[in-house]
Order: sequence, then structure tokens, then C-alpha cells
Amino acid sequence: MSVFLQNLINALQWGSFYALIAIGYSMVYSILMLFNFAHGDVFMTGAYIGFGVATALIALSAAGIIALPSWLILVLTILFSMVLTACLGMFIERVGYRPLRDAPRASAAITGLMIGIILETGNLILLGAQRVKFPALIQPVTYDLGGVFVTNQKIMIVVVSLSLALGLHQFIRHTKWGMAMRAMAFDYVVVPLMGVPINKIAAMTFALGSGLAAAAGILFGMAYPVLDPYMGIMFGWKAFVAAILGGRGSILGATLAGFILGFIEIFVAMVFPSTLRDFIAYSIILLILVFRPYGLFGEPYSVRLRL
Amino acid sequence: MSTPNDIPNRPGRRLRLWRHFQLVPLLGWLAGLLAAVSAEQFVGLELAHLVELPRIPVLFGFENALKRPEMIPGTVLYILAIYLAPTLLVGRVLQTPANRLAGVLARNWPAVSIGLHLALLYAVLHLWSDVNDYRLIVVKITLIAVMVTLSLNVINGYMGEFSCSHPGFMALGAYAGSVVTIALFTNSSLFGKALLPAAIGPYLFPLALLAGGCVAAVGALVVAIPSFRTRGDYLAIISLAFTFIVKSLIENVEVVGGPRGMSGQPDWSTLPVVFACAVICVGVINNFVRSIYGKALNAVRDNEMAAEAMTVNTQHTKMVAFLFSAFWAGVAGVLFAHVLRYVNPGTFGLQQLAEVLAMVYFGGLNSVYGSIVGAVSINMLSEMLRPLEIWKWIFIPLLLILVMIFRPTGLISFKEFDPFRLIQPKDASNAKRRS
Repeated sequence: MSVFLQNLINALQWGSFYALIAIGYSMVYSILMLFNFAHGDVFMTGAYIGFGVATALIALSAAGIIALPSWLILVLTILFSMVLTACLGMFIERVGYRPLRDAPRASAAITGLMIGIILETGNLILLGAQRVKFPALIQPVTYDLGGVFVTNQKIMIVVVSLSLALGLHQFIRHTKWGMAMRAMAFDYVVVPLMGVPINKIAAMTFALGSGLAAAAGILFGMAYPVLDPYMGIMFGWKAFVAAILGGRGSILGATLAGFILGFIEIFVAMVFPSTLRDFIAYSIILLILVFRPYGLFGEPYSVRLRL
Repeated sequence: MSTPNDIPNRPGRRLRLWRHFQLVPLLGWLAGLLAAVSAEQFVGLELAHLVELPRIPVLFGFENALKRPEMIPGTVLYILAIYLAPTLLVGRVLQTPANRLAGVLARNWPAVSIGLHLALLYAVLHLWSDVNDYRLIVVKITLIAVMVTLSLNVINGYMGEFSCSHPGFMALGAYAGSVVTIALFTNSSLFGKALLPAAIGPYLFPLALLAGGCVAAVGALVVAIPSFRTRGDYLAIISLAFTFIVKSLIENVEVVGGPRGMSGQPDWSTLPVVFACAVICVGVINNFVRSIYGKALNAVRDNEMAAEAMTVNTQHTKMVAFLFSAFWAGVAGVLFAHVLRYVNPGTFGLQQLAEVLAMVYFGGLNSVYGSIVGAVSINMLSEMLRPLEIWKWIFIPLLLILVMIFRPTGLISFKEFDPFRLIQPKDASNAKRRS
């Protein structure tokens, strides 16, 4: 039982990374009907930006220029990196996706893949091939709850990612901008004619998604403090799987599917040898899609499908 | 035969110089290329020394010129003297006889004419790759890439799905073919002593190719059957999951070496074999997409419901397309394994996927020409830009993004490939009609 609980906590942590990244995929999809395949590498870049900001802040406060308590460093790191990565997301939208808005969707997918490669390579050129170590931002404390060990880090990761997802949900439900986004997701052609600025909405969607990816990157860096330029590829594709599994364009679905994917991966590794993890996890997903071809929370095909 | 001056020539649309070469048929160009590569065989090294190059430039001199700029003039001179001048000169001199020969052959024995063209093309490739082993590998890998790209174009271009399963098909083919050749014809630590004498191996290699293709086609059922109910993004996920599953499965089967991979494949993917396979693949796929099946594929892409209403059996069409495409990907996988003589599951991952997709979309959707151009140009670029090291992976993606922005369906998309038109002679009336 305690093994099960322990793995449950690990799965929650692992799933929250997938969930945060999958939300970005899903949001872009619901507005622009295309998948931003550079998103995994935006996650990677976000982690590196977080690394840079955290190192700078720690150095500043160690030098005594500005004295910052460690919790403030953590908050500032997350905020700064989210903003910087959001700018990167808007830049990607402007350069790679806006010119292709009326092109076949697969062309935009190729652009996304290529932007991803450029981000990876740019990172290699800037920082070299050696992996970097993410600085420890909070002192690890381990709580023993009847044989189940929980670190304050894990709690923080799950809480932060859930509250970010919830915040986004509130933003989309209750603000004017969120209403514009929902309208755009409802009808991509007519709503711009009603005076909703599509370019601003698209840029904002990319910014929000990239900000969440940056948060995921920093949280990942805190849990597994070794960063390398190719870490985004696997995460990106798996979060893409989660976004589809949740039903495209559904933020709630993407969040839940991210956690489900995390659970499947962790529990498969618990029961079977870990080398079989991908095999079994993806066979399960294949089966789910065979029986629910439009995802867990998606709607069946409608007139909205734009090819 | 008329003089080139009879040709209507709109100024500014074509180079004035090019006017003199407008009437050279494909046969003439191939003869010219043959002359160029033979010249390189005989006097290449002397000429290279003359223009102060240490050796014959391997891939058109890019590897020297990018690293050591002082070699640029020598390289340019070399390319002018060895490649450009003989090709243009011989092509122009042979214009009249080549036209006459092509005309006679195309009228009476078109099959012989195609055979002659292919033989010349093979001779050019053979002589060119004879200069050193690196060139040989590049040529083989490029031909294999043409096969993979073309087979992916059947799904992604002609049928309009976004399939990510080709690395998986290639992996299945590569492993199945390797198991056949290693188990039957070599003494290996994995499968023990050879069951058949190695001497007859090269003659039975087509069986290994077939085995690889068939295993890949059977694997394609996993993607083809869900494709009846799903389209678009969900099919993309299913095919992506298929690639992950194949890779993970191979990593867990210890008999074929697990994650360490499998080595010791006999060296039977020689240039003639690879060339023959590539030619057969291009021919068969071209006939397939121009047949009623190809039209059915296009109908499914453009509107599945309308296609169904117009008596297209969409399930049958999708099934055939997936199995057919996977078969060729599997054959390409076998060849690939026997060129490198080593496979491991990591080869067939997301990197491979990105490369193949890039080739298809760079070259052009729904077009055999496009696949050939895409595969050859991306492969050659990535080999020629090798001296740029890491910067290569900035340059090539940028190029692809630009192509996508300015030509969203690729360089040469939606163009029919007709070999019998390619081999026609060119005369003034022909040129007039076209311009």
C-alpha cells in the first residue's frame, strides 16, 4: 500500500509536467487549429531561461547587492522566466506561424519542428554540449507520512502546476480576453469579422502556453536538476499525445490527460520492468484511441474540422 | 533540324546563354554527365593538384571551401573544368545524334529507351561514387532516402494524412531483413552457425528484402485498421504511438540484441542493388499513384464522404495505401541496415521522423518529382554542410521554414511524373509548343 501511495505521489508530480505542457498544445489548437510542435523545445528553453534567471538572482543576492529571501528568489525566477518565455512564444508565432495561417496545416507542423531544431541547436551553440545543473531554490524537507515520503518540493510542484492550470481556467472563463479566446475557438472565420483582433489573440495564446511551459521547465529543473538541450523532444511529443488524448482543444481534458499519462507511465514502471514502460504505455493509449477515436473529452468530428 | 534561332525566346525569362542548350534531350545531358565523371576519373587528381587542391573535392568542394576559404577559387575552377564544361560541351555536341536516337527509340522501343537512360544514369553514379568510399555511402543513403520519402508521400501527400509511423516501418524492415541474412548466411553470436552457404547469399538477398517489406506491411495493419475510424490528428497520434511501440519492443527483445543493436550484416547492399531497388520503387509507386488507386487516394484526401458516395471503397483504399507504403519503407529499411551494417533501435526515433517529414514537405506533396528532389537535396545539403558542424542545424531548418512560408506545399508539388515524356527528343516544334 505504501508503495502504491509513494508511486501515486510520483505520478502526480510526473503528470503535472505533462499537464502544463499539454495545456499549451491544446490552447493553440483550439484557437488556430494547429499544433505547435516547437512547444517541447519552448519547455526546454523555459527551463534554461529559469536556470539563467535563478543563477543571476542567487549571484546578486550572494554578492549582497540586493538581499532576497530564498522564497522570493523562487517566485521571481518563475515570474521572470514565464514572462521571457512568453515573449519567445509570441516571437515564434510572429515568425513561424502567422505567415502560414492559411497554408495547409502540415506545413505549419513542419515549421514548428524546424523552429524546435533551431532552439535546440541555438542552445548548444550558446552554452556548449555539457549539461548544466539547476540551482537548488528551496531547501528540501522530507515528511514521513506513515511510510510514505513526501518532499516539500513535490508538494510545491503539484500545487503550483494545479493552481496555474486553475488560474488559466478562470482567466478563460471570466475575463474579456478569455471570452475572445473562446469565441475564436468557436468560430475561426466569423469572429474576426466581429472585430476581435485575431493577431493579438493568437499572440496571447502562444504567450500563455509558453509561460506555462516555462513554469513546467523550472519545476522540472527543481525536481531533476540536470538540464540538457534535447530534453524537450521527448516531453514535447508525449505532452502532444496527452493533448490529443484529452480531446483536442479541451484545456480540462489536456490537464487530466497529462496526469493520466503520468499515472500510466509511473504505474507501468512499477508493475513491469521499466524497459517495457513505453511499449505498454503507448499500447494502452493506442487502445484508448481505437475505442474513443476523438479523445477522452473531445467532441466527434464537426464542421469545425478545417483541413 | 532547325537552328536554335528559330525558338521564340522571351527576353528576361531565360538566360540568353541557355538558348543554345534548350534542345538538348535528357539522353544528351546524361551523356554529358558521363563525360564529366569519366574526366574526373582520368584527370581529376592531376587537375586538382594543378589548382592547388590536395585531392579531388569529395562533394563538389563544399567541405574544403567552407573550412579553408583560400581554396574557393581552386574549387570553383575545378567544378567548372571537370563538371560544368564537359557536361555542357558534350551535351551540346551530341544534341543532334542524341535527339535522333531518342526519337527513334521513343517511337519504336520506349522500354529500351528507358533502359538506356537508366543505364547511363547508373554509369554516371557508379563512376562518380567510384572516386572514394564516402561518396559511395552518400549515394546509397540518398537513394534509400528517395525510397522512404516517396513511400511516405503516398500517405502524407496523396492520401493527405499526417502519418508519423515511417521510422517504425523502417525499423521493422531493417530488423526483419537483418535477422534473415544474419541467421541464414553468417556465423554470428546471436543465431549461431550459418544455415546456408554464404556464396548463394547475394542471390537470395531479394528474399530478405521481401521479408523486410512484408513484416513492415504486417506491422502497418496496426495503423491501418484504426485509420478507418480516425483521421487527422488522432491518426497522427496513433502512428506516433506505433513508432514508440516498435522502438520499445525492439529494445526489449534480447534475441535481436535489445538496445545494443545488431551488427554483422553482410555487405550486400551494393550500389547496383540499391540503384535497382530505388528504380523499381520509383517506377512501382509512380504507376500506383497514377492508377485508379492513386485517384482513389486523392478522392479520400479531398473529401472522404464524397469519395464514399462516388463508389470509392475508402477502407480498402486506406488499407492498400498503408500496406503498400509500409512495404517500401520496410524494403528501404533492409537496404539501410545492410549499408550501415549495424542497426540499433535508437536510429529509428524522432530524429529520423523529423528528417523524413522534412524531405517530404520540402520536396513537395503529391508529387514523385518532389520526393526525389526533396530527398536528394536535403541529404546532399546535410552532407555538404557537414563542415559547418553544429551551425548546419540552424541553416537547414531556416531554409525549410522559408520554403514553407513561400511555397507551403513544397518546392514541386502536385506534378505528375511521366517517364515516357522525359525521354522524348526535343525539337524546335516541341519547344515552341511548350513555351
